[in-house]
Amino acid sequence: MMTRTATSPATPAAPAIGTRGPSALELREVVKEFPGQPPVRALDGVSLRIDHGELVAVVGPSGSGKSTLLNVMGTLDRPTSGVVAIDGIDTASRSDDDVAGIRSRKIGFVFQQFHLLPGMSAVDNVANGLLYQGVPIRERQRRSIEALGRVGLGHRLDHNPRHLSGGEQQRVAVARALVHRPAFVLADEPTGNLDSRSTEAVMALIRDLNDEGTTIVVITHDQDIADALPRQLTVLDGRIESDSTRPSTAAEGEAVPS
Amino acid sequence: MTSTLTAPGDTVAGPEPAPRSTLRTLDVLRVGASGPLARRMRTALSALGVSIGIAALVGVLGLSESSKSALLDEIASLGTNLLTVEAGGGFGAGDSELPDTALATIGRVETVTDVSAAWDVDVDVYRNGFIPEGETGSVRVVAADGDLVSTLNGTVADGRELDEATSAYPNAVVGSVAAERLGIRDLDEPTYVLIDEQTVEVIGILDEFPLAADLDRAVIIGREAAQTYFDAGDAPAVVYARVTDGSVDETRDILPATTDPANPEEVTVSRPSDALEAQAAADDALTTLFLGLGAVALLVGGIGIANVMVIAVIERRGEIGLRRSLGATRAHIRRQFLTEAVLLSVLGGLAGVALGSLATVVYATSQGWRVILPTEAVLGGFAAAVAIGAVAGLYPAMRAARLAPTQALRS
Repeated sequence: MMTRTATSPATPAAPAIGTRGPSALELREVVKEFPGQPPVRALDGVSLRIDHGELVAVVGPSGSGKSTLLNVMGTLDRPTSGVVAIDGIDTASRSDDDVAGIRSRKIGFVFQQFHLLPGMSAVDNVANGLLYQGVPIRERQRRSIEALGRVGLGHRLDHNPRHLSGGEQQRVAVARALVHRPAFVLADEPTGNLDSRSTEAVMALIRDLNDEGTTIVVITHDQDIADALPRQLTVLDGRIESDSTRPSTAAEGEAVPS
Repeated sequence: MTSTLTAPGDTVAGPEPAPRSTLRTLDVLRVGASGPLARRMRTALSALGVSIGIAALVGVLGLSESSKSALLDEIASLGTNLLTVEAGGGFGAGDSELPDTALATIGRVETVTDVSAAWDVDVDVYRNGFIPEGETGSVRVVAADGDLVSTLNGTVADGRELDEATSAYPNAVVGSVAAERLGIRDLDEPTYVLIDEQTVEVIGILDEFPLAADLDRAVIIGREAAQTYFDAGDAPAVVYARVTDGSVDETRDILPATTDPANPEEVTVSRPSDALEAQAAADDALTTLFLGLGAVALLVGGIGIANVMVIAVIERRGEIGLRRSLGATRAHIRRQFLTEAVLLSVLGGLAGVALGSLATVVYATSQGWRVILPTEAVLGGFAAAVAIGAVAGLYPAMRAARLAPTQALRS
């Protein structure tokens, strides 16, 4: 078994947010085919690079390959061919367990359906974000309380998710996604189940967190939400149709190479 | 400055160590308990089957051990060294009799420590003269020599035994069943019965004779009185012999020939405690039957848990997907659901052990038995619960672990 101290000099063990190192996420010539007659090509040679500190919208109509792209970016599914690198680590040659390990530390997920566990307080739900890293329970709770404070729910620590509003539930889920300081947060239609007021609040929170340095990728079919974000990747027919970068909001005031 | 390490677009491939997923042992328990804790009613119901099975096993074993110990205590107190010698056994033995000298010859056997005999007296006994003839309630009249009660380890419930003085005159002691049938409850006032139109005073009521139940239904009078007042034969009906411990079998073998050298095959020697031991053995057979039923209940309980777990896995696909996205490996998911199944059955097992023990304590106490909770029943019941939970959880846990994250999250 390899130890964590045996990090190769090419990669810092945990690149500080905002510093230039390996990209947070990089896809090169990613193809994903689903078996069938003929096979369905959901991703058709996608290449993209998202750097630390970016806030990116991935937008596209349903059936465009957006969900498949989300699954591949989140390492929940493996591409048929191509490279998926998370924080500089290529996942193609890794075992299932290794990829789970990468997820446990490098990626935070926010889902449309929140996926909070019932019968568990907000703090315990957030603490699940650290569970599979082997962090001791006290430390998990301490960091979760901190994370709930960051999303403005410091007063709802012991509430059961059932007793929270939709917007509050999604903020708990956001806290869970960033409690372990991942390389990037993948938010899949984070406002899909929310009313317009909560949508605004959650999007404001996402922008605030990005201002503090968190890398966030928002997958959405809502063009208005995508338009409000600094960078927009449009997916159509399994390809990146367009990639708009707004240099004014790029991290460290430096143009982000793409 | 860090850009010197990695050019834009470069990625590190190859053996760079990936961070690993870890789930601490205590967290395995926490995660396994989180499901059952969030659904308490369902948890209780799914643990019920196993708890009934374990309660049956523990209760049956506890009760059978307690009752057996009571029986063995009784056998030990009565002694297993009593032999009874009777006529009969061979062909046409219907009217065979023991020799008149049987009591004396058996008493001379070296290994016999106490000996006593009972003679049938062919007369009827009534409570008083108003009872219609023939309604004897199947109470017999038996003549005995003085040592009968002590040879049989019998005890007197009320009054006193026959002794040398009283056995020469019309005095009687009555067996427990005979007393009941004759309507004799106590001897606070002089009590009489009518034997063959002769008034006889009842001077004692006996306790039950577990080793000679036919004497319970008898009115016992002295041998001498029987010969004086009634027409009693000389041949004893039964000879009771206490023998020294350890020589029971050997004595049993020589008694027929000793008693009646001419017709040893017409002498039957038996050991009454054998019947009680047979009863203990028969209880064992019943216990086995109930144990079998308990095992069936346990099996059904295990299937119930497997069922609940399969449903839980289907219902909680979202949770499984979430946990995979949080970094859980397949093994972590498998462990979670296996732990959950074992926790359910352990819960049922604990409740079952408690319930079975309680039943044993309550029933054994009410019967006046010593309470015996066999450790192997308690530990075995608990181990069975753990094993059943593990087996029941295996398949659902494998299914949960096999679920692909994308598939699980789609629900």
